[in-house]
Amino acid sequence: MAIETPRAPERVLMKGNEAIAEAAIQAGCDAYFGYPITPQAELLEWMARRMPELGRVFIQAESEIGAINMAMGAAATGARVMVSSSSPGISLMAEAMSYMAASEVPVLLVDIMRGGPGLGSIGPAQGDYFQVVKGHGHGDYRTPVLAPSSIAEAIQLVPDAFEIAERYRTPVVILADGVLGQAMEPVVPAYRTPPRVKADWAVTGAAGRRPRVVRSLHLAPEALEAQNQHLQAKYRTIQAAEVRWTGEMLEDAEIAIVAYGTAARVARTAIRQARAGGLRAGLFRPISLWPFPSGPLAELAGRVRGLLVVELSTGQMVEDVRLAVEGRTPVAFHGRTGGMVPTPDEVVTALRRLWAVTTALEDR
Amino acid sequence: MTIQETTQGVAGPRVIAGRPALLTDRSTHYCPGCGHGVVHRLIAELLGDLGLGERTIAVAPVGCAVFAYDYIDVDWIEAPHGRAPAVATGIRRVRPDAFVLMYQGDGDLAAIGTAEIIHAAARGERITGIFVNNGIYGMTGGQMAPTTLLGDRTTSTPTGRDPRTSGYPLLITEMLALLPGVAYAARGTLADAGSIGKLRAMLRRAMDVQLQDAGFAIVEVLANCPVGWGMTPQESIDHLQVVAETYPIGVMVDRLKAAGA
Repeated sequence: MAIETPRAPERVLMKGNEAIAEAAIQAGCDAYFGYPITPQAELLEWMARRMPELGRVFIQAESEIGAINMAMGAAATGARVMVSSSSPGISLMAEAMSYMAASEVPVLLVDIMRGGPGLGSIGPAQGDYFQVVKGHGHGDYRTPVLAPSSIAEAIQLVPDAFEIAERYRTPVVILADGVLGQAMEPVVPAYRTPPRVKADWAVTGAAGRRPRVVRSLHLAPEALEAQNQHLQAKYRTIQAAEVRWTGEMLEDAEIAIVAYGTAARVARTAIRQARAGGLRAGLFRPISLWPFPSGPLAELAGRVRGLLVVELSTGQMVEDVRLAVEGRTPVAFHGRTGGMVPTPDEVVTALRRLWAVTTALEDR
Repeated sequence: MTIQETTQGVAGPRVIAGRPALLTDRSTHYCPGCGHGVVHRLIAELLGDLGLGERTIAVAPVGCAVFAYDYIDVDWIEAPHGRAPAVATGIRRVRPDAFVLMYQGDGDLAAIGTAEIIHAAARGERITGIFVNNGIYGMTGGQMAPTTLLGDRTTSTPTGRDPRTSGYPLLITEMLALLPGVAYAARGTLADAGSIGKLRAMLRRAMDVQLQDAGFAIVEVLANCPVGWGMTPQESIDHLQVVAETYPIGVMVDRLKAAGA
């Protein structure tokens, strides 16, 4: 009998958009709906080729509105469903995101952020933080948001996102940017297929059971308030169970950067440069943007001389950082927009400036 | 002779009318004289006749008929305003064995949801659409719909619909009938009992089209809205004759028939 030597998993060069698409396929995505928009078009194209090969559903919709509503219909039957787009397309999906949150329909939405506002640019940006993390559409609801910082991490977060969506019956967003969508990186594709959750709420045709209704309308004030309380209780459970973050060089840090996604990639380089120059810097990287890792960040804030938030925006996540820190330590901000990405040198300069200010404050 | 003797006879009671099994036994939220109830009944009857009750996934609109799920006893999902054709498309594609029905009003289908209905039809989705056209936004208090007749007064056309400022009535079912993906398109009316019988046949055909995998099917129903129109129920039913002058009754396309089915 021939004995096969186990081979090391192969490293392959993958583009972010294609890696996310394939990770969804390997996670058991039954249906994908999309509309072309840069910088996520390769994701749609990958799905266009692969999903029919596997006998699964792919539709290029008439608009992002069409795509997200198709997703809502498909997911309401218990199917595992993904939709992707980029910033202006996400704006068009705001309505359905509110409806899906309200009627508790689990869908994975991928936002490959580009420059804004308006038509903006097709360059990378993180200007959708407010839009995605604070809720997209109308009404009182929250959406879990996961932000990968590398292509390998994006591959891991896709099945996790499906799992969170189905476990809590909620739309979930993977928030990445044009760099992550467009860049190619060598990865060991660690795909995972989450087990199926029995959808005992889904509309499948009322064979052998009472009919079901997936709805968000509750005209009686008591009924809508009860539904909102139910949603809020669910959100509290998610906040307790689904916070994700990671740190680098935080143990002995005197100062730290808070950044997610591509900005965190730059920050990783910057803290090493800062340390080479004698400044003990660390990195706090939120992975779940909602629920935001406020507790761990507050703990960190109690033992550093300052936090520098770096974003590809004019300052959005920084508001959540300030809320978490509650004045325990000074919070500074450095951001670039329009497709511009901050350089490590810029970030180190901003760190040194923050260090100088906080040291002066403490010396007074 | 007592009434009982007259109706009971020698062979016992004979039911000559009743509530279809799929129509729930509850009081209606619709206004007195509203046409939706008749359409609901026809759908419940037909789904029952065709044995589709346990296969149907229906999509409810935003508008007066959002509560259709309270009356027709099948699985339902409530779509955002105008998006029923997209929601139904998603259901259709992942549930090939389901019978997919959508119910929309004129504001939902012919105004805010124009893109969704045209593209679902263009794709030839195997969906049966019921389009209730009463020429007004009933739920929000009687504003102009895309289908409002020229000259008609509504709360948003207080001096009557003027085409120079408010455009012309939209014959969207005729537009849909042009698309090769549409296997059946017809318009019926609730004007009288005979017309309701013909409408029932149209709805039956629109269901058969889906069961035979022939393409998209839509039936527009000219319905009355006595409260929105400021008429008594009888006046509003009589007025449907006037509505039909702008919206002709009949079958616009039947590709099953053309194919000899």
